[in-house]
Amino acid sequence: MENAVGEAQNILVLGGRSEIGLAIARELLTPSTQRVTLACRQPGESREVEASLARNGLSVESVSFDAADTASHAEFVNNVVASCGDLDVVILAFGVLGSQEQCDDDSQSAVKIAHTNYTGAVSIAMEVAHRFRQQGHGRLIILSSVAGERTRKANYVYGSTKAGLDAFAQGLSDAMVGTGASVMIVRPGFVHSAMTTGMKAAPFSTTPDVVAKLTVKGLRAGKRIVWTPGILRWVFMVMRHLPVAIWRRMPMG
Amino acid sequence: METDFTTSRLTGWGRTSPSSARTAEVSRGDVAAFIKDSNRRGVLMRGLGRSYGDAAQNAGGVVLTLKGSAQEAILNVEAGTLTAGAGVSLHDLLKVIVPRGFFVPVTPGTRFVTVGGAVASDIHGKNHHVEGSFGNHVRRLTLMLADGTIHEIGPEQNPSLFWATVGGMGLTGIILDVTFSLIPIETSLCTVNTIRCRNIDELIEEMSHGDDDYRYSVAWADLLSTGSRLGRSVLWRGDHTKLAELSSKDAAQALRYEPRHLASVPPVVPSFGFVNKISSALFNELWFRKEPRRKEGGHKSMPSYFHPLDAIGSWNRLYGAGGFLQYQFALPFGREDELRQIIEKVVISKTASPLVVLKRFGDSNPAPLSFPMPGWTLTVDIPARAEGLGSLLHSIDEMVMQSGGRHYLAKDAHTTPLAIARGYPRLEEWKQLQRLVDPDRRWQSDLARRLELI
Repeated sequence: MENAVGEAQNILVLGGRSEIGLAIARELLTPSTQRVTLACRQPGESREVEASLARNGLSVESVSFDAADTASHAEFVNNVVASCGDLDVVILAFGVLGSQEQCDDDSQSAVKIAHTNYTGAVSIAMEVAHRFRQQGHGRLIILSSVAGERTRKANYVYGSTKAGLDAFAQGLSDAMVGTGASVMIVRPGFVHSAMTTGMKAAPFSTTPDVVAKLTVKGLRAGKRIVWTPGILRWVFMVMRHLPVAIWRRMPMG
Repeated sequence: METDFTTSRLTGWGRTSPSSARTAEVSRGDVAAFIKDSNRRGVLMRGLGRSYGDAAQNAGGVVLTLKGSAQEAILNVEAGTLTAGAGVSLHDLLKVIVPRGFFVPVTPGTRFVTVGGAVASDIHGKNHHVEGSFGNHVRRLTLMLADGTIHEIGPEQNPSLFWATVGGMGLTGIILDVTFSLIPIETSLCTVNTIRCRNIDELIEEMSHGDDDYRYSVAWADLLSTGSRLGRSVLWRGDHTKLAELSSKDAAQALRYEPRHLASVPPVVPSFGFVNKISSALFNELWFRKEPRRKEGGHKSMPSYFHPLDAIGSWNRLYGAGGFLQYQFALPFGREDELRQIIEKVVISKTASPLVVLKRFGDSNPAPLSFPMPGWTLTVDIPARAEGLGSLLHSIDEMVMQSGGRHYLAKDAHTTPLAIARGYPRLEEWKQLQRLVDPDRRWQSDLARRLELI
């Protein structure tokens, strides 16, 4: 259960290798936290990550999870609950950026990204929401992206998956009102991480730690949507309305 | 029969950690049908929701409120006892019994608690140092177990189940009605002596040596002042006023009891609330100065002496949308230095609101989960969104554990299973008995899940 200052006992990270997901989990750690479960494709490869979270009184465990294998999601949630109990905070952090060029050459690459980032996320979020309704509490954090606010030619497949996920998350968030549970949407800008190594940073770029700090602050204040950094909310208020001819020619893509 | 539930979002009095449950208000005869209709998330009874944290919540399960009326309570004037339904509030009972010359054996700072809640939390009041907690005054009670059977238990009849139910947070069964002894009174007034203490040391000294001469004793402390004024406080001690103390004019209506309701806080308060460093410091200054340095024998009405905050409805809304916590712990005698260190920590954090209370406890009772222990108890209200509150409370938890102290389950909204296991050395014994009477885990609560009580 979560306590009165928003400290969670049981945290599940979907996308247990995601730097942002892990940074949020780390930011959520308090002496009240008892369990962190990292859900990822290759749980055997998370030893280092597990060790980085380890402390007295905390159990960190990796479990096998494939976002693309939607048929397995119901059983996955049941198994996690059976071994860990009520889920206090679930961080939906998986997602592939992919390569737009590869997508242009091979439509199946685009389908794969869309399937994991959107279909997979919708599937597992629905299962988590179902569990939340049963247990009468819980917080789901969904990692969206400003890339979905207005898609750009440099990564529009990825951007469109985040646009879809963001719209889905808003609806889910409204649907959960009154169930005791809640859904929070996080919209980071360009984040320096393994996912973006070698890419040219966009303006107002940030780091996983900053995203994590703002996310946890927003969670404890009961926010529905968090932009990281916060200024992007105002930047995109303008960007969204730029004429297409200008938007297309913007230097960041 | 038809079991009709509503889905409700519930919180405690502190308005933190909401969770959702299927709720219903039931009469005694229907309870069995309603508990049969529960799922794996179990059932919990809820009184007036005055526990500060998650004690009266059961996320995803069933939460029932027991109907009851003070008019149906049975007053045995000769024996000085009262039998009342568990769902009846002390507020309603007082209106019936005070005019007939009786007072409840123990009252907390609010009279808006139910009799069932009083037993389940084993509540204490200003008279703990001489008369113990509520459980000490219970003669017998009826309890419905998980299998639907009803049992009469008391300190002589099935004492182990009785004492597991006293302070058992509703996790042993459903308390249906309670018979408890009353305090005979001659008037509805209290004679109160007031002393202003310059700091915490003066207060501890005064309480250590003078408390036993009084039935009631409690101190309000200022936890925003520093230095030589650390813990400056006002100590009120008194007893029920004797008839002989009144003038013949007043004696004619000696047992008049009319608790007044001044105002209610509206449901809409700015989200940041009205309780902050500035308003609290101002309140403390005025509160301290309004009291005389030393005054003997002033008369106060029962509501203004025992339940001053009850005059303002929904005062918990003053803290705004973020809600608040009431952090209460007890430390054994001999740990006054640690008590002072904790007070210093709270003072430095500048988080405390004006509602800080220090009380000297008397002996414990045989209940494994009863909170009071011989020593000191400090109660501090803090806005839940205060910066760094989580780590402040964890560090105080640590000091409480190191000093052999404990936390009050009815107030708790923050601490850990470890702190509870350390603070209640008989927790395992209680758990074994709980499992024996509830093998299928029918009784559950958010508090029990969070603190691993079951």
